[in-house]
Amino acid sequence: MLKLNSREELAALREVCKKSFALETKKVLVCGGTGCVAGGSLQILARIKELLDEHNIPVEADLADEPHGEVVGLKKSGCHGFCEMGPLVRIEPQGWLYTKVKLEDCEEIVARTVICGEFIDRLGYRQNGELYKKQAEIPFYEKQTRVVLESCGHINAGSLREYLAVGGYTALEKCRFELEPADIIKTVSDSNLRGRGGGGFLTGKKWASCARQKETPKYIVCNGDEGDPGAFMDRSVMEGDPHKMLEGMIIAGIAIGSTEGYIYVRAEYPLAVERLKIAISEAEEFGILGDNILGTGFSFHMYINRGAGAFVCGEGSALTASIEGKRGMPRVKPPRTVEHGLFDKPTNLNNVETYANIAQIINKGADWYKTMGPENSPGTKAFALTGKIKNTGLIEVPMGTTLREVIFDIGGGMRDGMKFKAVQIGGPSGGCLTEKDLDIPLDFDSLQKAGAMIGSGGLVVMDDKTCMVEVARFFMNFTQNESCGKCVPCREGTKRMLEILTRITEGNGQDGDIEMLEELADTISHTALCGLGKTAASPVVSTIKNFRSEYEAHIYEKRCPAGECSKLKRFVIDPDKCKGCSKCARNCPVKAIDGVIKSPFVIDQTKCIKCGACKTNCSFGAVKEEA
Amino acid sequence: MQIANMMEVDGIPVKIEGERNLLEVISKTGIKLPVFCYHSDLSIYGACRMCMVEDERGRMMAACSTVPMEGMKIKTNTGKLRQYRRNILELLLASHCRDCTTCEKSGKCSLQELAAQVGISTIRFPNDKEAPVKDESSPAIVRDASKCILCGDCVRECNEIQHVGAIDFAHRGSKAVISTAFGKPLIETVCVHGGQCAAHCPTGAIVVRNDTAKVWKALDRKDTFVTCEIAPAVRVGIGKELGLGDGENAMGRIIAALHRMGFDKVFDTATGADLTVIEETNEFVNRLENGGKLPLFTSCCPAWVQLVEKKYPEFLPNVSTCRSPMSMFSAVIKEYYKDKLPEGKTRHYHVAFMPCTGKKFEAKRDEFKDENGVNVTDDVITTQELIGMIKRSGIMFGELEPEAVDLPFGTMSGAGVIFGVTGGVTEAVLRKVSGAASRTELAQIEYTGVRGMDDVKEAVIPYGDRNVRIAVVSGLANARTILRGIKSGEMHYDLVEVMACPGGCISGAGQPYISHRHREKRGESLYRSDRASTIKTSQDNPLVNELYSGVIAGREHELLHVDYIKK
Repeated sequence: MLKLNSREELAALREVCKKSFALETKKVLVCGGTGCVAGGSLQILARIKELLDEHNIPVEADLADEPHGEVVGLKKSGCHGFCEMGPLVRIEPQGWLYTKVKLEDCEEIVARTVICGEFIDRLGYRQNGELYKKQAEIPFYEKQTRVVLESCGHINAGSLREYLAVGGYTALEKCRFELEPADIIKTVSDSNLRGRGGGGFLTGKKWASCARQKETPKYIVCNGDEGDPGAFMDRSVMEGDPHKMLEGMIIAGIAIGSTEGYIYVRAEYPLAVERLKIAISEAEEFGILGDNILGTGFSFHMYINRGAGAFVCGEGSALTASIEGKRGMPRVKPPRTVEHGLFDKPTNLNNVETYANIAQIINKGADWYKTMGPENSPGTKAFALTGKIKNTGLIEVPMGTTLREVIFDIGGGMRDGMKFKAVQIGGPSGGCLTEKDLDIPLDFDSLQKAGAMIGSGGLVVMDDKTCMVEVARFFMNFTQNESCGKCVPCREGTKRMLEILTRITEGNGQDGDIEMLEELADTISHTALCGLGKTAASPVVSTIKNFRSEYEAHIYEKRCPAGECSKLKRFVIDPDKCKGCSKCARNCPVKAIDGVIKSPFVIDQTKCIKCGACKTNCSFGAVKEEA
Repeated sequence: MQIANMMEVDGIPVKIEGERNLLEVISKTGIKLPVFCYHSDLSIYGACRMCMVEDERGRMMAACSTVPMEGMKIKTNTGKLRQYRRNILELLLASHCRDCTTCEKSGKCSLQELAAQVGISTIRFPNDKEAPVKDESSPAIVRDASKCILCGDCVRECNEIQHVGAIDFAHRGSKAVISTAFGKPLIETVCVHGGQCAAHCPTGAIVVRNDTAKVWKALDRKDTFVTCEIAPAVRVGIGKELGLGDGENAMGRIIAALHRMGFDKVFDTATGADLTVIEETNEFVNRLENGGKLPLFTSCCPAWVQLVEKKYPEFLPNVSTCRSPMSMFSAVIKEYYKDKLPEGKTRHYHVAFMPCTGKKFEAKRDEFKDENGVNVTDDVITTQELIGMIKRSGIMFGELEPEAVDLPFGTMSGAGVIFGVTGGVTEAVLRKVSGAASRTELAQIEYTGVRGMDDVKEAVIPYGDRNVRIAVVSGLANARTILRGIKSGEMHYDLVEVMACPGGCISGAGQPYISHRHREKRGESLYRSDRASTIKTSQDNPLVNELYSGVIAGREHELLHVDYIKK
């Protein structure tokens, strides 16, 4: 491929791509996101290709530069977000979505859908008995507004040509040929775009501050170290639409006056790294990245850095230290990253989702952006919806959407008819919200007021079988393991909080433990060095605030109201039902059950390890579990 | 009304005068905030969180890492702050070995001191930390991780000031530790045993090895003839902890104390330094005139020699073959007494009192064994250990009448005494090279730029028909800069003096700790002693000539030189 040397050449190529794209009158898009790949989607893709070849149907995986007749586009797309239902296959032009597709379904898909244009009911999505053919009509998608994830699942994730075909790099063109750096920053500032990494700092303000720095070189850094348990918004963008993020970074480079960009991707995202590598090398090949971009004399080089599996490296200064090859530990601020960041030079650090918003803001304008969501917190936000909810997956909604809409409309409500209890938002730094908070709009300021935070966007929904003390213990265990160990409150304080939470869930809680947790939480949140430490106690504080009685039941009654804490369970044998068959005693791994054949057996509670083997093995339902 | 550059600390107005952080401003108001990880010599780390202060809006900030700003109103002693400090300290103590009374650092431990200051009476958490194994592999430094509070002072010292990089953080969360690479014993790492890590450690996690038991044992043995030598820096470093002013020259009192303890002979390492000056000058002139390997690096500092051996072996041929003053002098003393031991004495035990931990390592090197395989310096005792010995003897140091160095090694030059401060070796060599004798000539050398506490000093001295370019460096990170400069061809020198400890031996790791800013006093004291001495240059020391025609005659190489490359 020839390097593009001017705006005209880029426009010309885009036209070719658009034409080629339009000639793919039929399309089979197989999801190539991490979840679906794990479900076998790549084999499905290969099988469909094989079958189409057998039928001598012309297939196109990437857009061709040469004029050609109508073809079937067979694409490995990015993540659709509906991971619960994967592997997913989307059919165009109808816009159908096939869910839970298996290898043996491929023949039928090719024979009936591709060749005959028929819908296979069996593969369609059903909710409350109703069949949804079109992806856009499925309730999970219907309420979403996809800006960042717009093309995720709809184009070949590894193709620059497809990105161009859907209007990619027009914003870059505009920034390079029409706008001055100051105009770019003004547009971003006017849009009120706030950083999607958790802090919610105004992106335009950050860019302006970095642009003002006298020192050179300056660096553009992208934080792709998405470490919250259960969150995968950024992964989906990097895997599903990598060019969108690259475009945002190059634009930041133009605006701020930087010629080097670093993408820090967490170790657990090998697929994202692979797709980014392809995207970078393709962009360099085309002259959109690298030296002398589009013949304008502006150069921008992009590097990928892989993390080594530390949550704390998502913190700005730890991240830059890690790129430099040092131990990832946050440092004291000031100086801020915009002044002394990577290699001690001025650095603009945003996360993946933030950069992925830029191109559209440039293309459609700040005013358009502000039409979505509240004035001070506009735009859309991607969330990873997990937990005891019907439809788990990746969603994108306008800021200001309520939790109720997200959980009950998009998420389809609670699984197995369970009752909603709480939702943990913002990962290990966030807090628990309850029934009374369901109508809080999801935006930076409202959530902060409610004692939670948007964080990077993880939403874990919990039902009434979830023990809130255990939830707090889980997150505290995570934070303690991931603390870098630098400052005393975080290193030692979270260790002690974890100790106390563990003993409470194990039935060894003591009078004064709740107060001690509160005291430690207060000390840690006020004295820790970095954001990770300052917010480490949030899950504990918010669960104590909302579920104090549950803590008390554990401590004073040695009882877990949700019935989740295994050490607090009691297995007892109902003497009326027990036939004295001894099956439970024979299956007990610790010989805690004793008795005489044909008379009721008894469990020795001091020996019992609460494994439940007796209950599973009892043929008469005589073993009962007491909370 | 807001006044320019003014802020308030606990309601007291205070002027901001270019301070880098609140801690410095606050100290001007007579408040000393508790700190573990703040050292003016090191980069700001902000990990211990003890120096938290509160602003008028109730926001908490660490004073060490907050830039003072006009109009700020800071409180340093509120109920919240007291509680946070107490909690942080309690958390630290909960995971810390609490055998205070048997700790090497007892009485000098910041953790102990702050626990008393903050008022910790109970610890509400169990200490369930498994006691890690002590690392006693180094002859100079002992590491005990159970006493570590992870303030990172040692890591920053080792990496920032010395650029050795023997230790760093490993693991996460409460499992975080300071570790060598792959947890290897210190002796197997790039550690150069300079001991500045120990000097900066606020607790007993890194301490200098205590060898005094062996000295006491030797003093107790009737058949043992015990001699010792005192390094120049010791006399100006000892006062701080024995009731004298820091930097006060206490040589006469030390000699008196050692006599009281039972040492048979007390000598001055400055005499050994005179021998070093003669040998090193000869070597330098020889290299200059006969096209030898230049620049010539001094070899007095054992940590520096280790650094070259371990990290820059390509420069070993540049290192002077002269032994350090201690190793020269010990060899000469041992040789002198070989067949002159007093009646009833069958063994000779020689101790060197040094400001240095690296000397403990040097003393044990194979290169410095005599023909019987015994190290010529039997043991090295640091200034700190000497203080301990004096205290243990019950000697009221301040009331001692000063005594003089014993014969037969009773004279030394001022040139030998200034070895204890950065630039001293160079100045002493220059006195000999230039043949300076008059007061004016000596003053000329004094003002060439070799004096002062700068990290890197340069001087150009005319020698014959050429100029001799000299660099004087202290702190191994600075030495590395020079080595790189020489390697790349950007820097050209003929003579380079390197001392591992910033400021030279006066701030050695065996000395009572002093921040780099206050070390001038000790250097000044040595220069004063030089001015007061009757013999200014090494070649004028009559004892030196006597030795060259006596015990050393024909054995210069064997007794005074060493070949580090051999191994």
